[in-house]
Amino acid sequence: MSASTYGWLILAFPLAGSILIALSWKVLPARTAGWLGVGAIGLAFLSAVGAAAELLSMPAEERLVPDSLYDYAGATGIPFDLGILVDPLSIFMALVVSGVSTMIHVYSVGYMTSDEGYHRYFAYLNFFVFSMLLLVLAGNFVLLVVGWAFVGYASYALVSFWYRRTTATKAGMKAFVINVIGDIGLVFAAILIIQQLGASEYLTVFEEAPGVFESDEWTIVAICLLLTLGAIAKSAQLPLHTWLPDAMEGPTPVSSLIHAATMVTAGVYLIARAHPLFELAPTAANIAAGIGAVTLFVAATIAIAVKDLKRIIAYSTMSQVGYMIMGVSIGAYSAGLFHLMTHAFFKALLFMAAGSVISAMANMQNVDKMGGFRRALPFTFVLMTIGALALAAFPGTSGFWSKDEILGFAIERGGWYWACAIAGYVAAFITAFYSFRIIFRVFYGPKCEEAKELEGGHLHHGPPLNPHTFEEEDTDVGFPGKVHHIAERSWPMAVGMAVLGFGALFAGYIQVPGVTHVITSWLEPTFENSALFHIEVPVKNAYIGYAVGGALSIVGILLAYYLYIVAPGTTDRIRARFRHLYELFVNKWYFDELQDAVIYRPVVAFGRFANNVFERYVVQGLVAFVREGTGGLGDTVKAAQSGFIRSYALFVIAGFVALGLYFLITAS
Amino acid sequence: MDTSWYLVLSALLFSTGAIGVLIRRSPLVILLCLELMLNSANLAFLAFARSLGDQDGQIMALIVMVVAACEVVVGLGLIVAMYRRRLPLDVDEARGLRG
Amino acid sequence: MVEVAFFAGAIGALGGAIAVIGLRNPFYSVLALIVHLISLAGLFLLLHAEFLAAAQIVVYAGAVMVLYLFVAAYVGNIDEPLWEPIPGQRLIAPLLALALFVELSIAILGTALKTFDSEGPIIQDGFGSPEAIGELLLEDFLIAFEAASLLLLLAAVGAVVLAGRRRDDEPGDGPEPEAGPEPKVGTRVGVGEPAGGIDDTPGRREGI
Repeated sequence: MSASTYGWLILAFPLAGSILIALSWKVLPARTAGWLGVGAIGLAFLSAVGAAAELLSMPAEERLVPDSLYDYAGATGIPFDLGILVDPLSIFMALVVSGVSTMIHVYSVGYMTSDEGYHRYFAYLNFFVFSMLLLVLAGNFVLLVVGWAFVGYASYALVSFWYRRTTATKAGMKAFVINVIGDIGLVFAAILIIQQLGASEYLTVFEEAPGVFESDEWTIVAICLLLTLGAIAKSAQLPLHTWLPDAMEGPTPVSSLIHAATMVTAGVYLIARAHPLFELAPTAANIAAGIGAVTLFVAATIAIAVKDLKRIIAYSTMSQVGYMIMGVSIGAYSAGLFHLMTHAFFKALLFMAAGSVISAMANMQNVDKMGGFRRALPFTFVLMTIGALALAAFPGTSGFWSKDEILGFAIERGGWYWACAIAGYVAAFITAFYSFRIIFRVFYGPKCEEAKELEGGHLHHGPPLNPHTFEEEDTDVGFPGKVHHIAERSWPMAVGMAVLGFGALFAGYIQVPGVTHVITSWLEPTFENSALFHIEVPVKNAYIGYAVGGALSIVGILLAYYLYIVAPGTTDRIRARFRHLYELFVNKWYFDELQDAVIYRPVVAFGRFANNVFERYVVQGLVAFVREGTGGLGDTVKAAQSGFIRSYALFVIAGFVALGLYFLITAS
Repeated sequence: MDTSWYLVLSALLFSTGAIGVLIRRSPLVILLCLELMLNSANLAFLAFARSLGDQDGQIMALIVMVVAACEVVVGLGLIVAMYRRRLPLDVDEARGLRG
Repeated sequence: MVEVAFFAGAIGALGGAIAVIGLRNPFYSVLALIVHLISLAGLFLLLHAEFLAAAQIVVYAGAVMVLYLFVAAYVGNIDEPLWEPIPGQRLIAPLLALALFVELSIAILGTALKTFDSEGPIIQDGFGSPEAIGELLLEDFLIAFEAASLLLLLAAVGAVVLAGRRRDDEPGDGPEPEAGPEPKVGTRVGVGEPAGGIDDTPGRREGI
């Protein structure tokens, strides 16, 4: 089978799975639907592997395979087609997305049991994977927008999955609205590209672009800034990042899939894919890199202060994606994408483990209330530690190899990129600290009640409460199910976590500088025209960078160990001393309040004005005027319908007189 | 006599009939006034027939007479039916088409 | 001579017309109309429409008016109330009729009718005679003739249907009284049956 056939199959399987589950939800037993979903994504993964094999069998120059099902240019006048591009970059993304998704689906089979919306969940999840694969496989900017929009919708559907919880629906709407802002950027970028270059297909655009645009010409800078806008919204970078923590309202596997491994990486993919354009507009690329750098630092600082377990992990995602955005913006394509892959493994794993812990806590997510789960959740403990080590870039883990490669590249490029690198190293230190903050808080320390109960063999059941507002909820459809599942007791969950844990530990070895360079050589065909791609970091400098990174990581872990295990209570004193800094971090640098004041309130005020003044007086006034007018006219005419025959006869004679008068006048 | 005399007389009789239709309230009298108007038309037809030398006008007048007779028959039948049912014989009472 | 005849007929017609619309008692109005019709018949004679004049007297004044007389007698007399429910009717109606007359007069007198000869063209013998009318009816206007006959038939049937007795008519006026010990005479509300003689008017009935 040719590469493009594999490409279409990659898209077909999840879509088919989604439709099948959606249509047969009444007939299919729950577990079957779940395994069907797993099967669909598994087949997509196998197709991606097949496509990769096909590409490898081709000579390197030919590995960019576009294929089109239908050309819309004739029908719509806009040059685009229903076409995919099977090339190393898209297959790389497809492998990561489908591989991690398969594991998350397996995990979900166990985690979501007893939820009333089980079928709906898998239909949505399959649709989401389809959308993401469409996004990465799309061969032109218009289909990219389609995939982008689908992903936005799917994320909305999944975040507000427990739709009878008001906090969940609000979070879903917030995610969607902020994503739409990014969509606007992306659509305008596509419009500009089509207008300037007359085509939307990637290969054509990238070939023509250097001929049409001068370097840093304002049009290409505008295009790239608009693309950056889209990337920022989707990847939750400042200032469009406020939706990501709230999106933790969705079920944990959803957070793990969407907000760790796939959707938030769409922005990274976008910049990597549009690298010829970004290389023509260094200003825009620098701005994107700057945003990434700022985000990774700010998010890391917030992560050391917030109390909700899933939100800590969410902010760490934001931070790591900042690394990736920074990486691909400065030209470290293979490093950035490598980090994307390893991050997918360990972040998804962290979320999965967090799901297990939250289940043990009967859906409570406050880290303050947890402690001492080491004996009660041994499997979860081990795997979460693996994930945390990878996140902290502990030497030898996959995160270590990938994150420090980005920073090494930044140093290599020199100039102001040193600032990015330094920000990156400082944030790496903070990252190591907070990743083990999680571990030490949850698994060490005095045992909480739930841990004791679990050690006794009984999983704690509380009244079903909303984890944030603590209001009592139902367990019917639209709410989380009655039963909670932990990895120790649900084998699908354990399998999913174990596979990802393996990846988190060992996947880094495919790109050890000087030894292996699987990713770089794989991605070569896509980036062969890029000058930045071919910048090589000398091996010696690379290892110096790695040494620094590794040292920071270990120091960070030791600091966390000291603050939480050796001298517990120190954090309270630090918090008291640096109160204002703590307040800043815990309130997420007041971004939500800023958005509230600058955007939300004026818009709501305008809406209220529109309703009370414009709607009431102008629109309703107009309608009332028409109504009254017509009614009045009708009443006037109605007066003539008196029912008196003689009155009607009068009208007849009067009309006759008038007619006669008319004829007399015209005849004379 | 000049034809126009007959025609003016016809117009006058027509107007008189019209006043009667509009002013009187009894259906019987209204029907009588309608007869006036019809006869005035007949007069006009015959005047024209005479002045044009064409007898078609007389035929027309004959047919008008026939139609008037039919209409009278039906109208009077209505009045009798109204009377039989003890409805007030006043056209102003027949206001069912109001509104 | 002709003028005298004309004015006699005209005055008769006009007088009859005014009497029709003016008299209170409908019976008198019918009689006034009979005068009007006979005057008109005279005018018809002046216009060389002998057959029509005869038809007018025999059919119109003779048959139709007698029908009117019957109904007027049957229905009786009721004073029309003085109060006018339609605002302005009594004022506007004469004005409109006057306007109508003026317009028609202007049309008649101020137009090409002036080109007519005072007498009109010379007409042949037998103009307006029964032979001539009969010839026209059966040759040129056969369809109109037949249609008029049909119309008469319809009108006759219609009249019978309208005025005929029905079962759900006034109580006591429908089916025969049941044979029973109670005589039905007392329950019969006075009914305007010609066979029953003159009715006694119950209070609530308003007639003409």
